[in-house]
Amino acid sequence: MEAYITGLGSISVQNTFEANDFLQNPKPLDSPVNYCIEPDYKKFIQPIQLRRMGRILRMGVTAAAKCLKEGGVDLPDAIITGTGLGMVQDTEKFLTSVIENEEKFLNPTSFIQSTHNTVGAHIAVMLKCNHYNFTYVHSSISFESALLDSLMQVSEHPGMKVLLGGLDEMTDIYFRISDNAGLWNKYQAENNPSMDPQKVKVGEGASFFLLTGTRPAEFYARFTGMETFYKPADAGDISSRIAGFLQQHGLDPHDIDFVLSGQTDQEGDIIYRELKEGLFKNNNFGYYKHLCGEYYTSPAFAVWIAAKMLKNQIVPDAVVLRGSGPNTLKHVLIWNHFRNINHSLILLSA
Amino acid sequence: MADLVEKLKVEIIEALNLEDLEPGDIDKDSPLFGDGLGLDSIDALEMIVLLEKNYGIKLQDPKEGKKVFYSVQTMADYIILHQKN
Amino acid sequence: MPSRVVITGIGIITSIGNGISETLQSIRSLKSGIGPISILKTVHRENFPSGEIKLTDQELTELARPGVPATVTRTTLLGLIAAREAYISAGLKPGQKPDVKTGIVSATTVGGMDKTELHYFDFLNNKQHLEYVHTHDCCDNTQTIAEYLGAGDFMTTISTACSSSANAIMFGARLIRHGIVGRIIAGGTDALSKFTLNGFNTLKILDEKKCRPFSSDRMGLNLGEGAGFLVMESEQLAKRRNQEVLCELTGFANANDAYHQTASSPDGYGPFLAMKNALDLNGTDPREIGYINAHGTGTDNNDLTEGFAIEKIFLPAIPPVSSTKAFTGHTLGAAGAIEAVFSILSLKYGMILPNLNYSGKISELSFEPALKLQEGLEIRSVLSNSFGFGGNDSSLIFSKY
Repeated sequence: MEAYITGLGSISVQNTFEANDFLQNPKPLDSPVNYCIEPDYKKFIQPIQLRRMGRILRMGVTAAAKCLKEGGVDLPDAIITGTGLGMVQDTEKFLTSVIENEEKFLNPTSFIQSTHNTVGAHIAVMLKCNHYNFTYVHSSISFESALLDSLMQVSEHPGMKVLLGGLDEMTDIYFRISDNAGLWNKYQAENNPSMDPQKVKVGEGASFFLLTGTRPAEFYARFTGMETFYKPADAGDISSRIAGFLQQHGLDPHDIDFVLSGQTDQEGDIIYRELKEGLFKNNNFGYYKHLCGEYYTSPAFAVWIAAKMLKNQIVPDAVVLRGSGPNTLKHVLIWNHFRNINHSLILLSA
Repeated sequence: MADLVEKLKVEIIEALNLEDLEPGDIDKDSPLFGDGLGLDSIDALEMIVLLEKNYGIKLQDPKEGKKVFYSVQTMADYIILHQKN
Repeated sequence: MPSRVVITGIGIITSIGNGISETLQSIRSLKSGIGPISILKTVHRENFPSGEIKLTDQELTELARPGVPATVTRTTLLGLIAAREAYISAGLKPGQKPDVKTGIVSATTVGGMDKTELHYFDFLNNKQHLEYVHTHDCCDNTQTIAEYLGAGDFMTTISTACSSSANAIMFGARLIRHGIVGRIIAGGTDALSKFTLNGFNTLKILDEKKCRPFSSDRMGLNLGEGAGFLVMESEQLAKRRNQEVLCELTGFANANDAYHQTASSPDGYGPFLAMKNALDLNGTDPREIGYINAHGTGTDNNDLTEGFAIEKIFLPAIPPVSSTKAFTGHTLGAAGAIEAVFSILSLKYGMILPNLNYSGKISELSFEPALKLQEGLEIRSVLSNSFGFGGNDSSLIFSKY
């Protein structure tokens, strides 16, 4: 199953929405939690609608609008989104008032906008799009689930134009809660627990893509493969699954021109380290979460990077850990995991 | 009455997040819904909450909302009538 | 040629029964599960009749054992129970490595909110009960069920409001047709929570009495809770392992009303599209539909617009239509799958499930819902509707195999 990316739009912690350069001067993530650089939404959304929209809704609608404009499509044939946490701000607002006001004097707006499919639904209303509209909510493979659905759609109907998005927001409150619960502790193997685990830097973002199955004259890159797997036994298991995935696509690790991994800093965690020196020991290897922060749908941001890499045949210094990429970039493999629970592989090709 | 009308304008702007509006921008007799300020059914629900929270008046039938919330003035009239009782 | 997708197992738990057998008993005795809330601690327990399952979390845990994690939400417990019933009824053994790639597509709207809302300020202020932070996410029920059954070759979770589990079933079928898995457990689960009860109350669409779907003086919906799951596989696989086939999924479609966040367009365009496209998928003639299990929430807006959409497609010969939400309440994310189970029972027993609490015809519609329970009829195909917030409209068609 393959699909061509013909448009994209990303709002992230970096200046990816309006800047013309490709991560040339990335800002470092200084804080435990890092928020997006947001555009002036008034340029994109009418005030009468904007007034009620929470942050993730604004981010999603705007990134999607840019993507559609770039791809020259007014009305997509399907809108498929993935979000790990959903509408955090509105959920918090409503939940807090339910508890504090003892179930009295509650406001409908935040309840209505707390449903996970709000972004997809809002885009549909704005575009008057009556077509297929799904939202996937499975932790760190929410975007990948939406991607799989999109690939299946264009496989069934190659001429279709699918709007695919991955988005998540962070709030101060949810950060505190999830941090208290250890969600952002850097992954360590169970047999080597540390008294004081390191923390990963947290982020957020909204990245949208326009996909089609029929080869267009111009495109960013092709999605050529996707796979997810759950709680692998060990590094050996992970390696054989990745090797098996590549084999299914007639490829070897040495065919991969750049491995864009989900490690959160230069050091990485025990899993990324093992494979970087194991299965991928001869590969150009990189990372992206030091640019966007850790969040469930960060692979969508990685796709944004990989698509631009393949289109422009450039490997930005900002993503490099080892090597610099060959002269011709043909295949980029995105490999991500969240606390070794869900792993995902996304293969993009020129 | 005039005070109540002005107070209501401020409360409506806040409850409905009409960030760009000042009380002076809202005419007390102009329709709030449809072509007026462009408010919709979700705003009507928010107004029902406003009435209950700030004035202790519970709108028994949400369908009454159309008449009650027609304009700031009709809202003020309704409040005065029901608060007396 | 994509394979035909058949259903080999079904499982359910709602306020009208734990499991298929109890559920059938309740349907046949016209016993609704709607009444005052007694387990969920809410100020509204007497205000809004609901389809609450009269089993505490402890009791649900006992029923679901063994293999229940120490930290578990009500939503997940309901899911475990229904998914296990479906799995076993499909001739499969929980915990045994499956014969083919077997995955799970689940759905929910609240996820673990039943516990989150209890402990929210503890999370923030005293750093207590933090294990429930991990169970809040929608994917928790899916992953827990996958481990519980030993069916984790593929998993994902869908959340599209009231059409969620109908969409899970649809996606599951497509995964089989694409050969990505051999077998899928698909469905959904939602527990009652203060969050949703109060949320729906702010929309002023809850009935303070028992709901009256498709009635002229309907005043809104009753909420419910529950879980429903189907085991689906390719017909070749079912044949190969000699497993009895309950029925076939012969049509499905998702469309968007694109009109408003919470209300359906006046002419029911989204619902119309969903039903029409489901029929068109395999060229099913509307006259082949022997029963429609409607979304039928009992709200002013839904029943009227769904009625218009049904008329547009099925007139002059509208088949028997009923809403089973007067039995179970509106089970939100689980509704699509729960009502898929009812549709499959309809096929199995030639049954028309009655529309309870009917109090008079909606004047704008030309039809009345089916009021009497009937069995032993010749029903070839059943259409099941699930229409959610955000204009997310889905229809499924099940047919005799």
